[in-house]
Amino acid sequence: MKVDMVMPQMGESIVEGTIVKWLKHKGDAVEKEEIILEISTDKVDSEIPSPASGILDEILAEEGETVQVGGVIARIESNKKPGKAAKTEEPQPRQKEEEYEQVSAEEDRGKVFLSPVVKKIARENDISLNEVKTINGSGAHGRITKSDILEYISSKGKEKPSGQTEKAASTFAEQTEIKTESVTVIPMDHVRKRIAEHMVMSKKTAPHVTTVAEADLTKIVTYREKAKKSFEEQHGVKLTFTSFFVQAIASALKQFPLLNSSVDGDRILQKKDIHIGIAVGLEDKLIVPVIRHADDLSLIGIAKALADLTLRTRDKKLNPEDVQGGTFSLTNIGTYGNLFGTPIINQPQVGILGTGAIKERPVVVDGMIAIRNMIYLSLTYDHRIIDGLYAGRFMQTMVKLLQEFSSS
Amino acid sequence: MATSTYLEAINQALFEEMERDESVFLLGEDIGIYGGAFKVTKGLYKAFGGDRVIDTPISESAIIGSAIGAAITGLRPVAEMQFADFITVGFNQLVANAATLYYRHNIPVPMVVRAPSGGGIRGGPFHSRNPEAWFFHQPGLKIVAPATARDAKGLLKSSIRDNNPVIYFEHKYLYRRVKEELPKEEIVVPLGKANISREGDDVTVITYGAMVFECLDAAKKLFEEHDISAQVIDLRTLQPLDMELILQSVQKTSRVVIVHEASLSGGIGAEIAARISEKAFEYLDAPVKRIASLDTPTPFSPILENEFMPNAEKIYNAILEIMKF
Repeated sequence: MKVDMVMPQMGESIVEGTIVKWLKHKGDAVEKEEIILEISTDKVDSEIPSPASGILDEILAEEGETVQVGGVIARIESNKKPGKAAKTEEPQPRQKEEEYEQVSAEEDRGKVFLSPVVKKIARENDISLNEVKTINGSGAHGRITKSDILEYISSKGKEKPSGQTEKAASTFAEQTEIKTESVTVIPMDHVRKRIAEHMVMSKKTAPHVTTVAEADLTKIVTYREKAKKSFEEQHGVKLTFTSFFVQAIASALKQFPLLNSSVDGDRILQKKDIHIGIAVGLEDKLIVPVIRHADDLSLIGIAKALADLTLRTRDKKLNPEDVQGGTFSLTNIGTYGNLFGTPIINQPQVGILGTGAIKERPVVVDGMIAIRNMIYLSLTYDHRIIDGLYAGRFMQTMVKLLQEFSSS
Repeated sequence: MATSTYLEAINQALFEEMERDESVFLLGEDIGIYGGAFKVTKGLYKAFGGDRVIDTPISESAIIGSAIGAAITGLRPVAEMQFADFITVGFNQLVANAATLYYRHNIPVPMVVRAPSGGGIRGGPFHSRNPEAWFFHQPGLKIVAPATARDAKGLLKSSIRDNNPVIYFEHKYLYRRVKEELPKEEIVVPLGKANISREGDDVTVITYGAMVFECLDAAKKLFEEHDISAQVIDLRTLQPLDMELILQSVQKTSRVVIVHEASLSGGIGAEIAARISEKAFEYLDAPVKRIASLDTPTPFSPILENEFMPNAEKIYNAILEIMKF
């Protein structure tokens, strides 16, 4: 076995040494610790002992040569049996990296976090944070980085000449000349601005299509008339029609999960949880509190959750998490007797169901005209990922669930 | 133009300042006839004599204390610690006396303590440390840590001319490894000014001392392999910090990696990170990352010492991690 003899380090700052004299020659026998050469460094001159017993097999640096510390200057053929060679295993990939890969496969976690500089750039460019969240992120877990938002702004800038009206709507630029005698100027408050921005952003983000269906709610109306009094006594909350709609939506979404998704660039993020947002209109604003895991709740559970959210919405006691994380929305268009409407999608969701007023109408049942409690349902969906056929089937499932309601 | 090592540059600065100003003198262990443990003061005893190149007993407290005494009477002492590790023996003299005399009595203390510091030289726990952070915490001291031969020379000259106590950390690993052509003209590098060692737009790498070269190696590789352009800032002076340049760079890149060879916890990197988050929070696109030696004594074993210290590969990986954030 050959043992390398290296230029030793003769002091902390010394980087090289010069061979002064070899005291042994090639082929000579040497003992371990026997002095075999002299070297000179910047700091000291020194005699250097052999690192092993054996034969001086090779001299790689001649007298007068300068060698870096650690450089091989000679090899000694050791007469000892080869010892255990240190096993050098391939370094294992770091655990950390593996975890990182796993995590990055998870869906849109990074979207939740916007870095300070991204928020700053958004604010300076009049881009709402909701709009920022529609940008395709290139950072870890899909995080939107500074360069992502800058790229987004510059590509938006290029579109501007053809989209002047959009700009005016989203930035609320005030006209300079307003005749105050004929116009009352009402500055938008913070909430109104956010609502306006969100509406514009949603329309710009998703191609909206609305499908309308008609459902016979006679069974539900009859059941509710019969049960509402005892229900309120027993559970302490009112049994509203909204509870029935939420229950039907949760059930239908299980069969049509694509409507319970969001779009992230060229990926569809299909949500496993069903959280249904309920649009509650107040005097001056619109709030959409969320019933979480609606598919896990009974009709009673839904009614209780609704009562709680409605009360806290009116009392302004909602927590931030009460209005976050919705995966599908429900809005009541029929409050003042209106038949149906075409709601705007609550981003980043892809579907919203509007319910019209329940009205008694003459309809043909089994070849005879009958008076039934009828309702129009309108579904607005994101046509990027939802096709008409899929939306149509969802609606017919909704109709069936509502018409064939049974209290058991 | 002649080629000088980092060590020779320090020697030249001492020579030139002693020649320029009679009040400049040196004191330390074995710095006279022997020329210093590392030969930094080689030739100076011969040139200026035993009155101006004074061999002292092995007592850092006495060396620093004598230097303070000389400084307040109008001389400009340059005291050598054989190893920065042993500066702790004179710690009280520095932080309680030298650092506060001007505040207490309006008496300037124009002295320099030269402290050969740094690892990577197989020096073990008593001959490898980077104790700058202890002094960073004490108001009234200036701290300098050059990386290049030019800065080693120019910053030492400024330190000697400064009217405050300056601790000058010279890196032992660089002594004979750094070689540069230095101009014949006088070099004076102002204190408090950092230097951009490499221009870049994507990430700011803040460092000093021997780590400057590791950072430059990492930056070069990142550019070649990933097209990532890192701006490497060599602080040069640690107290006062050049926050203006740091913040300018952060505003441009929004990503920061701080690298120092001193141990991580309570290091100067922590203070820089805190100031960035206070003054440039809104410009950050990623958390500030610190790379430093482990919070352990410096190991004896070369293998462990390599593991203990930052190097170009670790810096390369850290920058990549921050770029991926």
